[in-house]
Amino acid sequence: MPNFWSDPVGFLIQWLTNLLTGLGLSPELVKFLLAFLGAALLPLMAMLFVVFLIWYERKLYARMQDRFGPNRLGPWGIFQTFADMGKIFTKEIITPAGVDLIPFNLAPILAVGAVLLVWAVMPLAPRIVGVDLSVGLIFVIAAGGFGELAIMLAGWGSNNKYALLGGFRAVALLLSYEVPMVIAMLIPAMLAGSLNLVEIVASQDVPYLLLAPVAALIFFITQVAESGRAPFDLVEAESELVAGYNTEYSGLKFGMFYVAEFLHAFTSSMLFVTLFLGGYRGPFANEFPLLGLVYLMVKTFIVYFVTILFRGALPRFRIDQMLDLNWKVLTPLILAMVFVTALVDKIVVQAGGPLLVRTIVLFVVNMLIFWFSSKLLQRNVRPPRRKVSVQRPLATANVTPSASQGQDNLSA
Amino acid sequence: MLDHWLYIGLFFFVAMLLPGAAIFIASILAPKKPNPIKSSPYECGIETVGESRIQFKAQYYIYALVFLIFEVEAVFLFPWAAAYNQLTLFMVVEGLIFVLILVGGLLYAWKKGALEWR
Amino acid sequence: MTPLQIVFLIVTVATLISAVMVVSARRMLHAALWLILSLLGIAVLFVTLETSFFAIVQVMVYVGAIAILIVFAVMLTRRDIQDRDKVTNRGAWAAALAALGVAGGLVGALTGWQAFASIRPELAADSAAEGTRIAQLGMALVSPDAYAIPFEVASVLLIGALIGAIYVAGERK
Repeated sequence: MPNFWSDPVGFLIQWLTNLLTGLGLSPELVKFLLAFLGAALLPLMAMLFVVFLIWYERKLYARMQDRFGPNRLGPWGIFQTFADMGKIFTKEIITPAGVDLIPFNLAPILAVGAVLLVWAVMPLAPRIVGVDLSVGLIFVIAAGGFGELAIMLAGWGSNNKYALLGGFRAVALLLSYEVPMVIAMLIPAMLAGSLNLVEIVASQDVPYLLLAPVAALIFFITQVAESGRAPFDLVEAESELVAGYNTEYSGLKFGMFYVAEFLHAFTSSMLFVTLFLGGYRGPFANEFPLLGLVYLMVKTFIVYFVTILFRGALPRFRIDQMLDLNWKVLTPLILAMVFVTALVDKIVVQAGGPLLVRTIVLFVVNMLIFWFSSKLLQRNVRPPRRKVSVQRPLATANVTPSASQGQDNLSA
Repeated sequence: MLDHWLYIGLFFFVAMLLPGAAIFIASILAPKKPNPIKSSPYECGIETVGESRIQFKAQYYIYALVFLIFEVEAVFLFPWAAAYNQLTLFMVVEGLIFVLILVGGLLYAWKKGALEWR
Repeated sequence: MTPLQIVFLIVTVATLISAVMVVSARRMLHAALWLILSLLGIAVLFVTLETSFFAIVQVMVYVGAIAILIVFAVMLTRRDIQDRDKVTNRGAWAAALAALGVAGGLVGALTGWQAFASIRPELAADSAAEGTRIAQLGMALVSPDAYAIPFEVASVLLIGALIGAIYVAGERK
């Protein structure tokens, strides 16, 4: 019988199994019930956690904008989210005429479901993980695909050309940013030698942030873009296209998209921590798994803070700027990184370098490429200022037709 | 491993059930007062003009296509990356040749202006 | 009937029905939705075969990329998104006959296949073993005496598809 502190999940499973078989249920049914319990608990906790998350983000975002944020309901406004939930639960759900019922109603549910699905494979603590899937890394990518599908369904399910347009722009943006994201995920897989998230965390004796900082940066940027957050939040910009793909959604259906966005931001921060910052690793995490959970949460909140910082500090990009950034900067850079990391790491390992040498070499190479590519970008980004006009002569009293013709000839 | 997928199946079921149940509760709690004006599609507050017909840009298709190509490339590269620790330098270079060929494709698309948003 | 067999039956029936609905749905976009459903059914079938990698690749590539591409293509070629079309044409009966013939031939050929009679080697079904199998797949893809040449040819195929599609799509200026 494992100890609770050293193996919480194992302990609970053992205890519940004993309890239920003691009640006379067959072992298969017990296994199924335990699987169901575990599968039901995690999404529930995630959804309840979102309540806190929304409050946290609103407070932080407000403070960054030099205002207070929610502070009326409860100390520091903690109950604000509950009040908002109460409002949104009782708002009228208007279903416009002519909508396709199944895509229209499925979209918000699928949007939340897709984000929650990622929690199933996320390693939360040394022996606490939903399911130790051997291909967890690409499972995350597949779950992201469901999210894009949800947006597409929302766009065409509403019988509204603005929603359709907004939906397609959103999906085109998400697809574009998924390319560098997927390729950036190759690098932790390479360094760990596995697609299993638990193994990737377990092999981060040195956090991969130090071994592949440029890849980490690119992954972070693409995750911010995938969540549809500022500065990439063109698709929900209030002044353009009304509200994009969720124009026709009211009440809780809209609330679900909102929840999905916040949860996506947090989940992708957690993914970043798992892939590049060592997940739950920390002193004594192995003996006390719950401590590992604490480390994971602390690190995730640090990354989430940076996400909110991006939102509060940066202006929104235009769509052509976003797409240029993606295809002309991020994709070539990440491909170059895969190239360089694969070659350099293999050469150093074959030459028998210890971990420290590997770390230093890879870090230096990354910094060199980053510096080099930023120099390249600087040269291309700032177009030379054009001369707008030559000096205009002052208006003179006697305006003759010939003189005005000459004056019209101002070169641009 | 089938246990794993059973868990994931149940998880997905619950993950879809929770928002579905929430929306169901909301549809019971919320008032229902439909009228034709509210139910008409939204168009900046004016009446809708014409059918729901949009001019679809071919650019969307190109982005989806380039994405598909790179996704398939990534699918080939994931096993290569998983086996990275056991590969020799020659095999690593082979994988990089694969990447290089597709970088060539990306450059072609770039030069042809296929990646511009018009 | 083990639970696995029950799951297999349900998923197969769902996939087949979705496949039929793909070709017989009146609105093109509904057909695309049914296609997504049948692709998901195939992914679940991969799971029952205990290959998680291919199940996820199926979802990642087919549902996440190809289905979206198909929806975009449908949008691009329809004047009206609510397009309704006739489902059958004059060759419907001949096509049905040909399809039945092909299906019958396939079933006949497969029932005579020896490998069905032999017992499948028991694959170690824990995640560490699957991880090793994926690494072996990766190794096989690039080792010179396994599938290195087809691997590189695949990349040439991909770049051919990319260049061809950009060329074709870029014509209408």
